[in-house]
Amino acid sequence: MAEMKDIVLQYVINEYLEDEDEVLSYDSPLISGGIVDSFSMVSLKRFLENKYKISIPDDKATPEAFDTVNKICALVNEYIK
Amino acid sequence: MAYSDKIRGIYTGTLNEIKEKGIFKQERPIHSAQAADIEVEFPMGSDLKKVINMCANNYLGLSSHPDVIKAAHAGLDSRGYGMSSVRFICGTQDIHKELEAKVTKFLGTEDTILFPSCMDANAGVFEAILTADDVMISDRLVHASIIDGMRLCAALHDTFKHSDMAHLEEKLQLHADKRLKVVITDGVFSMDGDTAKLDEMVALCEKYDAMLFVDESHSSGFIGKTGRGTHEKCGVVGKIDIITTTFGKALGGASGGCVSGRKELVEMCRQKARPYLFSNTIAPVVVSGVNTVLDILSKSTERRDKLEKNTEFWRNGLAEAGFVLKEGDTPIVPVMLFNAKLSQDFSKALYEEGVYAIGFFFPVVPQGQARIRTQVSAGHEIHHLEKALEAFIKVGKKFDILGKTKQEIIAMYGN
Repeated sequence: MAEMKDIVLQYVINEYLEDEDEVLSYDSPLISGGIVDSFSMVSLKRFLENKYKISIPDDKATPEAFDTVNKICALVNEYIK
Repeated sequence: MAYSDKIRGIYTGTLNEIKEKGIFKQERPIHSAQAADIEVEFPMGSDLKKVINMCANNYLGLSSHPDVIKAAHAGLDSRGYGMSSVRFICGTQDIHKELEAKVTKFLGTEDTILFPSCMDANAGVFEAILTADDVMISDRLVHASIIDGMRLCAALHDTFKHSDMAHLEEKLQLHADKRLKVVITDGVFSMDGDTAKLDEMVALCEKYDAMLFVDESHSSGFIGKTGRGTHEKCGVVGKIDIITTTFGKALGGASGGCVSGRKELVEMCRQKARPYLFSNTIAPVVVSGVNTVLDILSKSTERRDKLEKNTEFWRNGLAEAGFVLKEGDTPIVPVMLFNAKLSQDFSKALYEEGVYAIGFFFPVVPQGQARIRTQVSAGHEIHHLEKALEAFIKVGKKFDILGKTKQEIIAMYGN
């Protein structure tokens, strides 16, 4: 789980942060904080599905479920067999 | 009465919020033809003022060219004022087909379809050629009309960091399983004036079996040795699958746009693109004008050569004066001020000095990236640019930003 959190956090930092000085934690609000928009959520979902060989149903990939790294990892773990 | 006080209050409140944020847009009526010298009424109701226009998309100075006006008159006389129809019912004239053939030849593509505007071309093209099985991968700084077009399309949408080829390659790998992939970019980016790396993008698209889409609205007519566009500059003519462009900027400046590219994709637009199917044909007077514009540009590179020299003069002059500029070599030369209010105050002071140039700030450009976007034209003579430069230097001194770095300007005015 700890390793997954770091992988997801690093992906979000590399993918979405324009300002190198900005600091993100596992609980930083990504969607409600304006860091990840609804278009960009798509690539995050695809990254998770490819990385962990899972399929997240569209109705589970809500802005709330994707709002922090902790919540994302919890969601991913539900689908890892 | 359906339009109650409650309804009016909601809209008044929203408009007031826009005003309070300082982003309320006001028109500035011009009482002359579009040219380097214009007469402007600003604010509304004030006396007319003669100013040098440094913010038109009239890159080649063809908006009021005598040969184009003559051709428009001839088109009006021979083909009438309007067609009162969409293209596929009874709105296609011989001159529309002539223009499509000329654009195809000019851009070096397989076929072309006209749209009422490039906004319409971008709004219609993606939905016409892609389905939910496909993916669109766009540069993060593409024009708003492309974003709208992608929103109307069922295909998956993803983005890559501006002009970051390594990031684009990651995205092409991520979406390798999709039926069709389209990489989407502007040729010249309208707010920054930089150019897409089309040669590298073509190589990546070939490697990953993706199509390449380029909006050439700020390039057609003057970028590349013979003005064909960014694909000519990058040496990839014939390798761009979809080009959209406008006739509302360098190519006469009136209106209209097109999708030009692979013949099957153009045919898909004729069958399915909604702005083509459900909006009126381009007026004959405009079509006649653009036909002549393309004749002028196919015969001589004189105008784009003059624009290149003017751009060099303008960019060097501003740089030597000590302004912070966005790097590039196109006629879009952004003078960076970073602070939104400074950009508005600077624009007003320029106007007082006889120069018309607009300040842009968030959300049109990213937060903290406010600027005056200047645009050079072949319609400018050196004396116009010398006078405009004098005004910029005078105003630059007034605000004490000449020779200052980005950090120093932000320290003085904030961002």
